[in-house]
Order: sequence, then C-alpha cells, then structure tokens
Amino acid sequence: MSLARADREPRSPAVPRATAVPAAARSAKRRQHLKSQVVAWAFVAPLVVYLAAFYVYPLYRNVDLSLHHYTVRSFVNGNAPFSGWDNFQTVFDDPTFWTAVRNTLVFTLVSIAFQYGAGLALAVFFSRRFRLSGLLRALFLIPWLLPLIVSSSTWAWMMNSESGLLNYALHFVGVGPVDWLTSPTWALTSVIIANIWIGIPFNLVILHSGLQNIPPELYEAAAIDGAGPWQRFRRVTFPLLRPVSAIVLLLGFVYTLKVFDLIWIMTKGGPGDASTTLATWSYRLGFGSLLPKFGPGAAVGNILIVIALAFGLLYIRVTRRQPA
Amino acid sequence: MSAATDTTRGTGTIRSTRSTVLGVVLTTVMLFPVYWMINVSLTPQQDMRKTPPDLLPLHPTFSGYQAVLHDQGPYLVTSLLIGLGTVALTLLLSAPAGYALARLRPRGGGLLSLVLLIAQMIPGIVMAMGFYGIFLSLGWMNTWWGLIVADSTIAVPFGVMIFVAFMSGIPGELTAAARIDGAGPVRTFWSVILPVSRNALVTVSLFSFLWAWSDFVFANTLDSGGAMRPITLGIYHYIGNNNQEWNAIMATAVVGSVPAAVLLVLAQRYIAAGVTSGAVKD
Repeated sequence: MSLARADREPRSPAVPRATAVPAAARSAKRRQHLKSQVVAWAFVAPLVVYLAAFYVYPLYRNVDLSLHHYTVRSFVNGNAPFSGWDNFQTVFDDPTFWTAVRNTLVFTLVSIAFQYGAGLALAVFFSRRFRLSGLLRALFLIPWLLPLIVSSSTWAWMMNSESGLLNYALHFVGVGPVDWLTSPTWALTSVIIANIWIGIPFNLVILHSGLQNIPPELYEAAAIDGAGPWQRFRRVTFPLLRPVSAIVLLLGFVYTLKVFDLIWIMTKGGPGDASTTLATWSYRLGFGSLLPKFGPGAAVGNILIVIALAFGLLYIRVTRRQPA
Repeated sequence: MSAATDTTRGTGTIRSTRSTVLGVVLTTVMLFPVYWMINVSLTPQQDMRKTPPDLLPLHPTFSGYQAVLHDQGPYLVTSLLIGLGTVALTLLLSAPAGYALARLRPRGGGLLSLVLLIAQMIPGIVMAMGFYGIFLSLGWMNTWWGLIVADSTIAVPFGVMIFVAFMSGIPGELTAAARIDGAGPVRTFWSVILPVSRNALVTVSLFSFLWAWSDFVFANTLDSGGAMRPITLGIYHYIGNNNQEWNAIMATAVVGSVPAAVLLVLAQRYIAAGVTSGAVKD
C-alpha cells in the first residue's frame, strides 16, 4: 500500500497533463510494476529456496517414508519396496494408537486451559500499576526461557518418588507419597503439571501486551457508567482481548501438540503407554529402539501433522472472519 | 481485579503496596522450581536423599560445578557456536523476506505468509525424521552446520512473521523520503528499514538463539553420535549415565540456563518495547 502511494506521489507532478499519453503511460507503468515485482521476489527468493529445501523436502521424505517398507539397510540404500497404506494400517491396529490420541488430546487441552486461565489472570493483575510490577513480570518469563531439558529434569527430580520435594510437601500435610512419574495413574498428570508451568509465561506476555492496547478511556467510561471490576473485565477487557486470545490459544495448541522433549525426558511416555502422546510414540517407533520402525514412525508423524493442520486451518478461518 | 485502572488516586499507595506483596508471593511460587534447581546443585551428595530435604543450601558444595567444568566445557562451546550460527542464518533469511512481504507486495505473498503460518505448526519430531534421511545421504549427520540448518527451521517462520508485523508498522513517510532521495529498494532496506527495525532484530535474534541453545529433538536425532554435541545432550547423557549425582546434573542445568538469564536481563526491554511503538520515534 505505502509503496504504491510512494510510487505515484513524487512522479505524478512530473508527468505533464495526461492528455495524449495513456498508452505510453500504461506500458511504462507496467514495466515499473514488473520491475518492482522482480525486486520484491529477489528479497523473498532465499526464503522460498530455503523453505523448499528444508521444509517441503523433509516433509516429502516423511510421506515417502510412511509409504515404503524401510529397514535400516534400505534406509541407507534407498531401495525400500512400496508398501501403500500398510504402515498406517499397522499404526491404526496398534493398541497404543488410541491411547496416544487420547493422551495427546488430554495433554493439549488441559495444558492450554490452565495456561490460558492463569496467564489471563496474571496479565490482568500485572496491568495494575504497582511498584516492581515490571521486574516481577520479567522474572515470570524465566520458566518459559529455560531449556526444556533443564525444566524437565528439575521437575523430574522434584517429582521423584523417594526423595522428591513434592512428596515431602504431601507428607508435611499428611498425605501419602505419590508415584508421580512411575505410576500409570499419575504420569500424564505429572507431565501436564510441568507443561502448564512452562506455558504460563507465554500466555502472560502476549495477553499482557494485548491489554496494553485497550484504550484506558473505555475503562473510564465503563467506570462512569457504574461498572464494577468484574463487569469491566467481562464487558471491556475480555471482548476486546478476543483477537489476542485467539492467537494465544492457536499458538498454544500448536506448541502443545508437538511437545516432545518434556514428556520424553520426564517419563519417556511411560510407564507402559500411560503418558505416550503421538509425538513421543512417533519418536519411539523411529528412534527409540535398536530396531527402528521408520515407516510406522513416519506414519504417526504424518497423522500428527494432519491434526495440527486441521486446527490450524480452523484458526485461519476464525481469524479471517474477525473484523480485523 | 480491574485492568489498567485509575489506581493513581486516593487509596492508590495502599493498594499498590498490597499488589506488590501479592506479586512477590506469586513470583516466588512460580520461580520455586528454579530455586530448587539451584539449591540441589549446591547440595552435597550424601544429603541428596535426606528426609526432610534441606530447604536452604546450608552446607553448600561446589563439587557439582567442578564436575560441570570438567565434563561439559566442550558441549557449552558447541551450543554457543550453533546458537550464533542459527541467529545469523535466521536473520539472513527472514529480514529481507519480511521487508518484501511487508512493503513490496510480491505477487503470491499472501500464499507465502500462509505457508509460513502452516510451517510453524509442523511438529519438530516430524521434521527430525525427515532431516534424518536427508542428512544421512548428504553426510551431514553429527555436524554442527547440520544442526544449525535444522535449528533454524524452528526460528525462520517466526522471524519472518515478526519482521512483517514490525516493518508494516514503519510509517510510509520514511520510505517515501528515502525514495525521493533516490534510494532504491536495497538501499532503503539497508539504510532505512533495518536501523529502524532494531527491536525486531533483537527479538528475532534472541529467540532464535534461545531455541537453538535449548533444542533437544534435533540434537538427539541428528547429532547424538557426533564429536561436537550441544549442552542439551550433555545434560541428557548425564542423567542417563550417573543417575545418582543430582547435584552435578542440576549444576549443569544451572549453567545451561545462563544464556536465558543473561538475555532476559539484557534484552528484556526489547521484548517489552512491543512490535510497533519503538520505531516511530527514531
């Protein structure tokens, strides 16, 4: 938009009274347009090449993997026989499949619900003007900035059955020890707790910046109309925050769906399949044993992509329908 | 409970003090695991499984940190190299593309933005499997440059979107003025757009460094047997090998967290500066 304007404004005074030059002007304009297109694409070209080589091609390889019967040998030689949907059939028939789907959904939805809820409450809290609020908000970022291996191993040690701090705290209030990471009933809950902790700062930061963009006059007007704090939140903050909320929830969904490090480091998806999600299952099939099943592993990965894209396209539709 | 209200009047100071206290409490709770990591890293081995555990490092030991210096030095250097390489590659690809998408309106730009949005949704584990095959045939397995390429895929789509958002907000008068002065698109990009986009540059660099530094998926699949392995694998193998020496493991974790802490202190204002506000003033 701005370029088109910049193109025309300095130029139009130089063109003398446009009476007899429509054809010449049009072709000059077209040449100008073509030139600007070439320049624009020159800036974008490295990115396009990069995306083709390091996004599209790996994904193509992944689809290719899932449609062939690969072994370690044929993986290197590249002469695996075509096997059609066999790998997908193997995956669907595996009892782990539905467990992994269920765990993925529970992990993702519960994590997001708590991250968003806590993030929003904290964002509203930190929008009050009080001393140290900036510093404290910055400190809140730490869990999100830490490498996942750091936070995961810290939580794993805190949740250790024998000498973990969490069980000591439970003992302190008179509750028996919980096998956080080693019992099938608790493993998924445990990784969800750690994941919520990691995700809160992201929600806080984005929602807080969204709050800053709400004009203060609206709150003043609402206060004059006699709206209490809760009314102001419900009628002003929440509706005006909806676009930002959509972004946070989509990104949260995408990030959470693909969480692998945290679960793998804390439980390796175990015990049994108790905390196995599609992401950890895919990894376990492809890399987790000495006898890798690349085909089924890639098949699970492709299923994961399809789920992510389904929700991603839903998000794009929702945001497009919003009036900017 | 109200957001951005008029706490400046009357009861302001009392409410402000109460908010500060509540804020400090909340932050303490949130950061407790971080404190615990530091506490465990200083706990002597014989006290590690004591009940009740020592809540304060009353008898601190630095043996864990000595072990880190002894065992993990090369891993840290590798992570630094990979982090910086990823930043360079990410900026090189995403800043010009962001400029073009924001200001030059290339045909098909909308489609490209959609592709970038979708690219961010692809799970790293799937990418890792695709890269595994490619790297095997290219001979890029267990190399630092292979990891830079793989790690950059986490950051490039994000980087482009940040640059697009930021550069769209730069006032048209700036570029128009450059144009009148006879600057072409390249000159405009280099001497007008980039200097004004400092906040976006810092934000993208910060996150691409952190993501590369923190990466575990790509490192574990593409570099697990290499001579130059990053610190995330150093910690992971530590956990696997000496399951009992948690002070050394937590000491490595503390050291591995240093870049996050440093960048938070140095660059926090750039993140907080927001996407559009800072540029217009320059």
